[in-house]
Amino acid sequence: MKHVEEFRDAGLVKKALADLERTVTQPWVIMEICGGQTHEIVEHGLDQLLPPEIELVHGPGCPVCVTPLEKIDKALAIASQPDVIFTSYGDMLRVPGTEEDLLTVRAHGGDVRVVYSPLDAVKIAQENPDKEVVFFAIGFETTAPANAMSVQQAHHLELKNFSVLVSQFRVPPAMEAILGSPLNRVQAFLGAGHVCAVMGYWEYEPVAEKYSAPIVVTGFEVLDLVLGIKQAVEQLEKGEAVVGNAYSRAVTREGNIPAQKLISHIYQNCPRAWRGIGEIPDSGWCLQPEYDFYDAENRFDVGQIQSKESTICIAGEILQGLKKPVDCPAFGTLCTPEKPLGATMVSAEGACAAYYRYGRTRDG
Amino acid sequence: MGKLDFGGVQREVCLEYVPEAVVGQYANVHVGFAINLMDEKEAEETLSLLREIEILGMMDEEGSAPSAEQESGPGQ
Repeated sequence: MKHVEEFRDAGLVKKALADLERTVTQPWVIMEICGGQTHEIVEHGLDQLLPPEIELVHGPGCPVCVTPLEKIDKALAIASQPDVIFTSYGDMLRVPGTEEDLLTVRAHGGDVRVVYSPLDAVKIAQENPDKEVVFFAIGFETTAPANAMSVQQAHHLELKNFSVLVSQFRVPPAMEAILGSPLNRVQAFLGAGHVCAVMGYWEYEPVAEKYSAPIVVTGFEVLDLVLGIKQAVEQLEKGEAVVGNAYSRAVTREGNIPAQKLISHIYQNCPRAWRGIGEIPDSGWCLQPEYDFYDAENRFDVGQIQSKESTICIAGEILQGLKKPVDCPAFGTLCTPEKPLGATMVSAEGACAAYYRYGRTRDG
Repeated sequence: MGKLDFGGVQREVCLEYVPEAVVGQYANVHVGFAINLMDEKEAEETLSLLREIEILGMMDEEGSAPSAEQESGPGQ
């Protein structure tokens, strides 16, 4: 496929790494925000191929990981109700709530269905007028255009039996929360390429300036990652802190305008709780008041939910770049992808799951 | 909606957000929606910049231009 193989080409990656080595003169800590990038880095051992001065820490950009336990428990309670068809992206089904997961609800007779696109959920609502169809609208800015369109579609079709359980996150406020923390170690960010394909990177400019931290929009192939790191290091070495774009074949400064328009038509900014981190002001999207009707949290009364997190899990510190998965005493023993204790082991995109899958230990 | 080829598998994809799309272009697709079209000129530029940087770097270190083999790029 054109322009996919080239960005995976081992020869070019070696050249880019050699070039990076020539650029770096002192230690730097760089965070990749996106879980997809974390996965790519650990899978290819890129962190071990980098010059020793560069430390990569893994950020909170995995929507399954940061969706709070309370929200998952709410999803389970709604999915367990009679006459409900609960639809979700596949990776949410195995995520454990306090007591069970969506697969268990299905095993007990609940109608839980995996959809590829949110529009499939709208279609299910059209085909099942006597059922309540709920879509678990999770994700970052990348899924927001699709999730938002499902609401618009349902509204257009005047569907009364469709609603969304919203767990929608925004990246820039999370970056600010990380950079503003007194414990922060992160000196530069790799911005998530697909998030920026939707939102552009104009939102990041004030963040880079305020915290003197370079932010480089970065793609997902190994070569993209090396080029993103190179741009970040170049800035760090020169004492610069602006927004760079190492993924110019997919991202422009202004982003996807039609997508941003629909997002802001359906959603408004709101505070959002991040699993393992806590509430971050302005870091989420909620439905606009005029689309309140489609909010599953209003439509279903699930009573008081008592969620209980593991006390051993250090996911919060991992998501903020303070610790690595192998620093956790439960990693790979009490906590595995089959029996995850917390956020970062739950999703395939989580840092703990990536370390586990590719056999990382304390020794590297 | 439009049909996209994912390395041999064809799938219906919503093209609402990329109204300028024409047949033959590449796109990033997320949960059934194309979120951007790939700019091939930019991709080429990134790759050729990298090749140039390497040539300069090699000359710094070894005082000679790279061999044809080292220069080999995609598709060779």
